[in-house]
Formats: sequence, structure tokens, C-alpha cells
Amino acid sequence: MAVQEKYAELINAAKSSGVNNLQVREQNNVLYIDGEAPTGQVKDNLWNIYNKLDPDFRSGDVVLDVKVSGMAAGSKAKVVTEKSNLNVRRGPGTDQPIVGKAAHHEIVTVVSQANDQWTLIRTDAGEEGYVYNQYLEKV
Amino acid sequence: MNLKLLMFGAMLSTGLAISSCKGGAKDSDIQTSFNEKVQADARLSGISASVNEGVVTLNGQCPDESCRSYAEQSAKEVKGVKSVVNNITVMPAAGVEISPDATLETGLRDATKDYPGVTATVVNGEVTLTGTIERDKLANLMQAVNSLNPKKVNNNLTIK
Repeated sequence: MAVQEKYAELINAAKSSGVNNLQVREQNNVLYIDGEAPTGQVKDNLWNIYNKLDPDFRSGDVVLDVKVSGMAAGSKAKVVTEKSNLNVRRGPGTDQPIVGKAAHHEIVTVVSQANDQWTLIRTDAGEEGYVYNQYLEKV
Repeated sequence: MNLKLLMFGAMLSTGLAISSCKGGAKDSDIQTSFNEKVQADARLSGISASVNEGVVTLNGQCPDESCRSYAEQSAKEVKGVKSVVNNITVMPAAGVEISPDATLETGLRDATKDYPGVTATVVNGEVTLTGTIERDKLANLMQAVNSLNPKKVNNNLTIK
């Protein structure tokens, strides 16, 4: 219960910002918050609150897994790497061979969501492969 | 012999019918009213009732305590109910799903690939991050690690 009190602001923000399938659970003094945020902004806001309540995420008492609602097949996504090109791989994993590159800020087409970490995409050049979800943003 | 049994049975059921009439509403009416409530109210799904002489016994499962007491209150409100025996059980909350260490290791390899100063280790679902990272990259790394369903994340990183 103490953990839920410490993170009350985070829990309330998740509840009030339209997070779907929100689950707040406590197990062995770790707070687990899961759900699907409607936008990347909502997710970022939750992480900002988390960082404020637990500076630099040092306490190890939260697992915050709020994903941005899945990108539908056929939708467009923007490559949001820091500045480099994004590796496009044959399979979902960094152990998979690189089959192409998507340019920084390039708009690609989502083919399907492989799992929570990897998305199958197609570039305008027709290259198809898997990229790491964190470098894609809904457009 | 058979006839005797039959007569005995008939007497018994008549007796029961009479006794259930005494308290006002018939058990079958209570049963019908409560069933209608269950059908009309999603919060009562999964709850069943049996009625005997105005005493309603509730069975089934509820996700939480408030649902359980709500069902009891709903049954008490039915006309003719004398008392309610609440045998509804509260379902234990689903445990948090923790990824096996091998899955976490694969996921961490991908998640930390772009952070060359960071090392991630896993023991029994617990992820420990060591090494160095720039502060503006910390949240991104933490987001990637948190999405792998770890049991907990120990951030021992030195922040530059």
C-alpha cells in the first residue's frame, strides 16, 4: 500500500488520461502499471511524473509499462531516431541481419506489430523488415 | 410400495409449497425477480441464486469485494426475501506476468543495443542496469526495459 501512496499522482494521472485496459497492481512492494495510452504524449507525461516522484528511477519499486495504442496495419509511422538511420531487420531481434535502412524522419508504412518491441514495416523504397518500436511514432 | 412412495412424495411437495407461500412471495417469484436483475445488470454476471423459504443463497464469483456486497444488496432488495446467504467468492487478482529470464535477456540485448555504456543483467526476473548513460537518454532506456515485463528494475547507472 505504501508504494501506491508514494505514486498516487502517477496512478491518478493514468486513470484520468484515458489509458485503456489500465491495471494497477502491487506485488512484493513493486507497483505494476500496465495499459495502453491513447497518444505518445500521455505516455511521456506519465514518465515525467514517475521521474518527478522517483528522480532518475532509482528506487526500483515501479514497473511502468504503458504502451502507445498499437499502430494499425496500413497506417503511417515516422522514424524518430536521434539522427541516424534506422536499421530494418529480417526478423524481430538485433541478432537478425540488417536488410535495409529507414532514414531519420522518414515516413514508413506499418505492416504488422510483431510484439511489444518490434514492428514489421515497409519503406517507400519497398524494403520490408522489422524495426524497433521505440523509434517509430504514430503520424 | 411404489404407490406409497408416490403419495409420500406428493404430500411432501404440497407441504413445501404451502410453507413457501406462508412468508408472502413464493420462492419461485423471488428466483425469477433475482434472475431478471442478474440479466439486466452486468455487475451481477457470474452470480447465481437459489431460494428456499425466502432465504436466498448466492453463489458464483466476483472480481472484488464491492461486487460481492452489491450482489448481496441486490438480493435483499427483491420483494419477499427474508435473508441472504452470501457464498460468493472473490476471485484472486491475476498475478503480474513476469517474463522468463531468457526472454528478458533477448529483449535487453535489443533494448540496450544503442546505449553502448550500459550493461543489463537478469536474475530471477530482476533486471539490473550498470554502466553510464546521459540523463536525457535515461527515460528512453527505462521505457524499453519496463516494456519487457521484468519483475523489477534496479537502476545502478551512473548518470553523466
